[in-house]
Amino acid sequence: MIDFATLEKGMDIGSTTIHVNRADLVRYAGASGDFNPIHWNERFATEVGLPGVIAHGMFTMGSAVQLVSNWVGNPGAVIDYQTRFTKPVPVADPEGSNPSDHAGTAVQISGAIGALDEEARTARVDLTVTLEGTKVLVKAQAVVQF
Amino acid sequence: MSINPELAGRVYPAADPYMVGREKIREFAAAVKATHPAHFELEAAAALGHTDLLAPPTFAIIVAQRADAQLIADPASGIDFSRVVHADQRFTHHRPIIAGDELLAELHVDTVRAMGGGAMITTRSEITTTAGEKVATTVSSLLVRGEDQ
Repeated sequence: MIDFATLEKGMDIGSTTIHVNRADLVRYAGASGDFNPIHWNERFATEVGLPGVIAHGMFTMGSAVQLVSNWVGNPGAVIDYQTRFTKPVPVADPEGSNPSDHAGTAVQISGAIGALDEEARTARVDLTVTLEGTKVLVKAQAVVQF
Repeated sequence: MSINPELAGRVYPAADPYMVGREKIREFAAAVKATHPAHFELEAAAALGHTDLLAPPTFAIIVAQRADAQLIADPASGIDFSRVVHADQRFTHHRPIIAGDELLAELHVDTVRAMGGGAMITTRSEITTTAGEKVATTVSSLLVRGEDQ
């Protein structure tokens, strides 16, 4: 367990990479109940003006927070979590690949302590979530209760 | 059809309760690539003081999006779901969600702002147990793109 007293603003909590392929999007659609076809049908996605199938914003948000859950050791300690979705995460379906095995799109996630509230014993973790160096989530902040 | 500006302030009462199941928690956790054992094993959840499997931090989106669906399906709203883009999302947990919870979501349409030919709609779901205990507040901003956007 992390000791709240040892935390300092600006401290890194680590980083990770999430890989997302078409099978992951189908799995997330089923688990969440969000069956918007822009997340699984290429024709529909391009017809509505997208570059192709894109990940659910909530897939990216939901997977990015795992860095915080694992760091603090208790996912129930995340009492507040917010983000703005700024850029789509395209998930390609390359010729000849198996959509379940393909490495997919790599989303980079890192986190740092953005603020500490000594009285409430909370730490705000600011997540940086990028795709090829461009932020896909903005103001991604998770508040952890100690 | 354009977005009805009079939607702001509207409240949709909770529909049928959502029963949080263990397998749904495991399925959702796997879908967001969560690995913490408290989502999968009762012993691990108990070690953190939870009486059943612990849901991941964004699990409440299932309940919130069901509530949003009421608004989108309301013919009076004028929202075309195929033109909806999720713009931002916030979860505030009053207590963790665990398997066995029976949840209700009361949907509030907080703001409707015209943007170009479309609109930005902010909704808030107040999620409670069927016994009235506050569990979570979720806030979603949905951008409904206009015909030419």
